[in-house]
Amino acid sequence: MNANNNEVLLRVEDLKMHFPIYRGVFQRQVGAVRAVDGITFDVYRGETLGLVGESGCGKSTAGRTILQLYKPTSGNVHFEGVDLVRLKGEEMRRMRRKMQMIFQDPYASLNPRMTVGQLVGEPLMVHNVASGAEIAERVAHLLEVVNLNPAFATRYPHEFSGGQRQRIGVARALALNPSFIICDEPISALDVSIQAQVVNLLEDLQEQFNLTYLFIAHDLSMVRHISKRVAVMYLGVFVELADRDELYANPLHPYTQALLSAVPIPDPIADAKRKRTILEGDVPSPANPPSGCRFRTRCPIAQPQCAESRPEFREVQPGHFVACHLVN
Amino acid sequence: MPDTILDVQGLETIFKTPDGTIHAVNGVSFGLKEGETLGVVGESGCGKSVTMLSVLGLIPNPPGKVIAGSAKFAGRDLLKMSNDEIRQVRGAQISMIFQDPMTSLNPVLTIGRQLEEPLMLHLGMTKKQASDRAAELLSMVGIPNAKDRLKDYPHQYSGGMRQRVMIAMALSCNPQILIADEPTTALDVTIQAQIMDLVKRLRQELGMAVIWITHDLGVVAGLAQRVIVMYGGFIIEEALVNELYANPTHPYTIGLLGSLPRLDAKERTRLYSIEGLPPVLYQKPKACPFAPRCKWAMERCWKENPALEPVAPEHRVACWVDTKTGRPRS
Repeated sequence: MNANNNEVLLRVEDLKMHFPIYRGVFQRQVGAVRAVDGITFDVYRGETLGLVGESGCGKSTAGRTILQLYKPTSGNVHFEGVDLVRLKGEEMRRMRRKMQMIFQDPYASLNPRMTVGQLVGEPLMVHNVASGAEIAERVAHLLEVVNLNPAFATRYPHEFSGGQRQRIGVARALALNPSFIICDEPISALDVSIQAQVVNLLEDLQEQFNLTYLFIAHDLSMVRHISKRVAVMYLGVFVELADRDELYANPLHPYTQALLSAVPIPDPIADAKRKRTILEGDVPSPANPPSGCRFRTRCPIAQPQCAESRPEFREVQPGHFVACHLVN
Repeated sequence: MPDTILDVQGLETIFKTPDGTIHAVNGVSFGLKEGETLGVVGESGCGKSVTMLSVLGLIPNPPGKVIAGSAKFAGRDLLKMSNDEIRQVRGAQISMIFQDPMTSLNPVLTIGRQLEEPLMLHLGMTKKQASDRAAELLSMVGIPNAKDRLKDYPHQYSGGMRQRVMIAMALSCNPQILIADEPTTALDVTIQAQIMDLVKRLRQELGMAVIWITHDLGVVAGLAQRVIVMYGGFIIEEALVNELYANPTHPYTIGLLGSLPRLDAKERTRLYSIEGLPPVLYQKPKACPFAPRCKWAMERCWKENPALEPVAPEHRVACWVDTKTGRPRS
């Protein structure tokens, strides 16, 4: 992959997204779900940054907040040097062309009453970049790019399988020639043999159009396959971020270690040799997160100091960030 | 050699739909030995769940119907039993846990009430006995303060804990066979590891046989002794677990294993992808159901459907081609 240049495409600084909780007759705010609670990272042009975590850890909210689909509680998002949080109206609309999203559920994210041609052509129309015959031409080209027959443009989404629908979602995301795409669990609704087809397509497109991906998923093996760098999220914060090989070979945070050891390997002999860390209990509620380190309630090596202060997300080796008091 | 406790032969199940009859299971035969864990692997629509539901008489009729086959359990054919008879077996000697622990528990009854029901129904316990046993079962599956938590409702439990409750319920009558239908698919990996660990421990303690249905070849590798791979309503490969992963022989099994990225891979390679889509079976296939997606397919594959044939001890494959040499199997 061509991510050797270190041009920062996206810079996220202390981004927070809190959803208020209202109670009582007067609907007073009694608290907040801290879905994303201060994340800081860069995405370099041309790379794939994998973002993994369990359900409810805030990874999808992080993706949507970065694209300003939610208005962040605080923090900054710089895309190509422009602060997205401050942009309004037409300026924001212009920026949106460069940033797109592929959604998880190919059954729910396509309007069943629109044809494939309308679905893929819609972004072109909304952003006034093409009209009439030009749109049809561009749609046909886009369908070819994602390996679908251009003749499918007159059909409706229900006529397609899950994998084909996800291709339609990809074509729609590509319509405006974006430079950055957030893939929010694009393959987790698909069967195993179809997952490989879609992942291979995403890789081909990245090479062809020099795309940058933020790849959100809970499947650690797939994230390892597709990413250049990987970030691990737990309860609204990043606990670790490193180059892919470094993270998988040398995980420093106890949560990353447990997560990696929990992934089943499709090989009974290798699987039997592995040492397993099985975490106790469940993820706490983000409305009432533990004090200090968020992972301390399930951490096998937690110390008293972990309850007192929140560990800083710091660079312990070049390019390897971790948030843990106990890592030197 | 342990005895075979469940022997399924030539099972066929169809569903009548407005668009035509779907042949979901097309002649499936397998045996389950006492105390073993059998993995059943396949993608959605391959017939793996329908096979097990058919065996337990849980296929709604209409639209579904078991049209052929037998399933011998303790000398009797489950498929020939009346509704009353099979209800005595279901939940008592053979029990099942399902994928989604949220929809398989009744939201308006307490966990205690739901756990006590099978105990009173199948084992004839009194309310008091059942309540004590329910608390025991909950602590057996690792839920703290079991006695107090019996009074809670399903929404007060997390996903992983609900699945533990389902397991406790399934094990409440000491079944000889536990059928688990994708029990960890809706759960996170760390919780999945907890549940897999729990089932492994309980299987050893209680000595039951387990059938674990999944689409995840990684999960099966860590759990099962023997594996069945299904495609298009047929068993296409069957082997002991180490043999299957070391020597996958059917083109579909090879493709499936190749399409998985591995956490322990040395270097990054392009994923092997099986082109095309799984079939929708409006007719019972006369040729190999995998032929349209198979890169080894030859003339015979389009005309005749291969039967399961042994290729090594306890390793059977349904394929006309020897995938090692690419030539027809002699």
